[in-house]
Amino acid sequence: MTSNALQLESISKRFGAVLANSDVSLSVEQGTIHGVIGENGAGKSTLMSILYGFYQADSGSIKVFGKEAKIHDSQDAIDVGIGMVHQHFMLVDTFTVLENITLGCEGSMLLSKGQAQAREALSKLSREYNLKVDPDALVGELPVGVQQRVEILKALYKGAKILILDEPTGVLTPQETDDLFKILLSLKEQGVTVLLITHKLKEIMHVTDNVSVMRQGKMVAHRHTAETNPEELAELMVGRKVVLQLEKPATDAGSKALTVSNLKVRDAQGIERVKGVSFEVAAGEIVGIAGVSGNGQTELMEALAGMVSPESGEIRYGDLLISADHKVCPSEMRKAGVAHVPEDRHRVGLVTSFSASENAILGYHRSSAWNSKGVLSSSTVGKHCAELMADFDVRPQDPTLKCANFSGGNQQKLILARELDQTPKVLLVGQPTRGVDIGAIEFIHQRLLDMRNRGGAILLVSVELDEILSLSDRIIVMCDGRVTGELAASEADECTLGLMMSSSRDINASEEKE
Amino acid sequence: MIDTLILTLDATMRVSTPLIFAAFAGMFSERSGVVDISLEGKMLAAAFTAAAVAYLTNSAWLGLGAAIMVSVSLAMLHGVACVTFRGNQVVSGVAINILAAGLTMTLGLSWFKQGGQTPQLTDAARFSIIEFPGAEMMRDVPVIGGIYSEMLSGHNIFVYLAFLVVPFSWWLLFRTRFGLRLRAVGENPKAVDTAGISVHRMRYAALLCAGILCGFAGAYISSAQNAQFVRDMTAGQGFIALAALIFGKWRPLPVLGACLLFGFLDAVAVRLQGVEIPGLGKAPIQLIEALPYILTVVLLAGFFGKAVAPKAIGLPYVKER
Repeated sequence: MTSNALQLESISKRFGAVLANSDVSLSVEQGTIHGVIGENGAGKSTLMSILYGFYQADSGSIKVFGKEAKIHDSQDAIDVGIGMVHQHFMLVDTFTVLENITLGCEGSMLLSKGQAQAREALSKLSREYNLKVDPDALVGELPVGVQQRVEILKALYKGAKILILDEPTGVLTPQETDDLFKILLSLKEQGVTVLLITHKLKEIMHVTDNVSVMRQGKMVAHRHTAETNPEELAELMVGRKVVLQLEKPATDAGSKALTVSNLKVRDAQGIERVKGVSFEVAAGEIVGIAGVSGNGQTELMEALAGMVSPESGEIRYGDLLISADHKVCPSEMRKAGVAHVPEDRHRVGLVTSFSASENAILGYHRSSAWNSKGVLSSSTVGKHCAELMADFDVRPQDPTLKCANFSGGNQQKLILARELDQTPKVLLVGQPTRGVDIGAIEFIHQRLLDMRNRGGAILLVSVELDEILSLSDRIIVMCDGRVTGELAASEADECTLGLMMSSSRDINASEEKE
Repeated sequence: MIDTLILTLDATMRVSTPLIFAAFAGMFSERSGVVDISLEGKMLAAAFTAAAVAYLTNSAWLGLGAAIMVSVSLAMLHGVACVTFRGNQVVSGVAINILAAGLTMTLGLSWFKQGGQTPQLTDAARFSIIEFPGAEMMRDVPVIGGIYSEMLSGHNIFVYLAFLVVPFSWWLLFRTRFGLRLRAVGENPKAVDTAGISVHRMRYAALLCAGILCGFAGAYISSAQNAQFVRDMTAGQGFIALAALIFGKWRPLPVLGACLLFGFLDAVAVRLQGVEIPGLGKAPIQLIEALPYILTVVLLAGFFGKAVAPKAIGLPYVKER
């Protein structure tokens, strides 16, 4: 029990001026589930990439099952028994499950020969670990949860004794997450060592035996999970006390700020993504839209923000009407007091090659506050940006710095600062904390609540259920382009939301069980 | 009428041959994720090399060998530019086309002083025609005789080789380990990398296959179909092959079908040259010749079925995370 499956000693890795891993040591006991937790950019992924041979460490040593291991590429990692399930699956969609699993260890020059053996080995593995998949199904047609199972099987098929999972639950429904954890526990029973990389405290508490915390490239603490709690871990991750529970004073819902009736939206490929959605958002209320990503939320937001026009139905912001016959351009929406913090901040929210000050006025660049006779005054814009940065704690506080050089959290704060500065009546927010560290999440959530308390209406789309639950007054669940549930936040919990989120997935799941 | 059809089909076989070689060259390259717009340039350089070397050595086979070497070198150049150095694959391809067009003419002018052409090849320095046994005897049998002795018999070795390339490529791509990995590289190179296989090595291997096949295509044009190199003699066939590749949705049998269709259209256009069609006037040769492109554009616009390209096509592979 006490022998170590994995021992990293003083691993350091430098990218240019950034020290991504500094003197990191980690011991993982054999046959345990070990969590590695840390904020974005804490160096978790770099460390795992070193383990899996994507990068070479500048210094330090790796011991696998007590033996010194030199890992130069993925093949070396596979050879010493390390398998990895990546955050974005490393699967070929157009291949069958069997082809994906055997890729790289086909067994012989001719596929037919190797695949017969692989099929047998695979069915044995499936039984042993209770991982059911149809070997002849096309991977691209499988639900995400099953694709993940294929990834796990792929690693096991290649003889992995140590399984690394990098943020495995990001794309899963709560139910699928539970299934995954069951699988991990049964792997542990079979003697597989699991290394779980995540930024979600709840998962760590739920499933791991030990946990290591990383912050700013350093390993800052190791704990037995049973002897710690989420508050302590959060503090270790961020380096200061963090409020995990938000104060949410009661407000009276005011007049209707946004009314959506029977909205249908098609995407660029002409596929109907939003299939007749109706709801309302009142002033002084946050309405959260929950759902597994890719169920029409993106297209709904794009339509609400005036980026695409609806196929049919109506969107009404006060007097402003948007419909198929009545198209509205985003600048008119801004005039009507609608602000938008888009999901994809790199593509839609910012021009990353522009400076912070230019980004701070994007969309409001015609404002007379910094234009005189049609000429933009860069000094006024700079001053304005500096004020925003001070107010929203954007670091580094340099308006001339290119936006690409800010971290995700600071980029997001800059966008929020720009949109909230106009004191909008309605704010549309998509995935406000995707790729944002805990400290900034706390800040962003607080600002959103402030706007609500002042009587603003907020529509929040997020795949993070925790975020939806802690911010919203009312929750709408979307699945396959339809609203599959609506309830007050006080009545909602993860389990009920999870069931609503997967209402049409059940059909897929039962099909896949043959 | 039947005779005309058989003659047209006979011509189709000949015209389709370089298309088949080039389209399958493109299939190897593009299935691995590398856009190959330089099929044309590789064919042209190979055609010039084959004719020049065959003339100088008086051996068609040495010409073919040299053509393959030159075509492979150009493919490797493409590889260095857009696999190793992650350059833009279309730009690199266009550069190779321009390079081939310029070099063949310049070298042709300075070596042979015949206005960019190579001297006529003697029969010994060309690939000769293979007559099937009994072809002469069968000639007078109606229909079957025509098909056997006109359409099937009496081509040079390349024509038969081209039709063997099809099942062989299919087998290699869909039934072997090499093919599985090559297709995987074109769909999701990261999956291949994490499986412990070198993405770069697979793409170079795919380009090598493409180079060899373009070598065959070029040598066929100058030392089998014709008996000398003339400037720009590939005349866009590389692009037609590319169109056939897309039209056939990157799949062996449909690509073969597309090559034969485009070859047939070309053969029909030649046959209709100057022919008056009752009620229509002069046959619209140009329209027929433009059909391959028109059909491909129509296909790409999504009118019949969808051409789904390999997912990672055109994207240089950058190792990250």
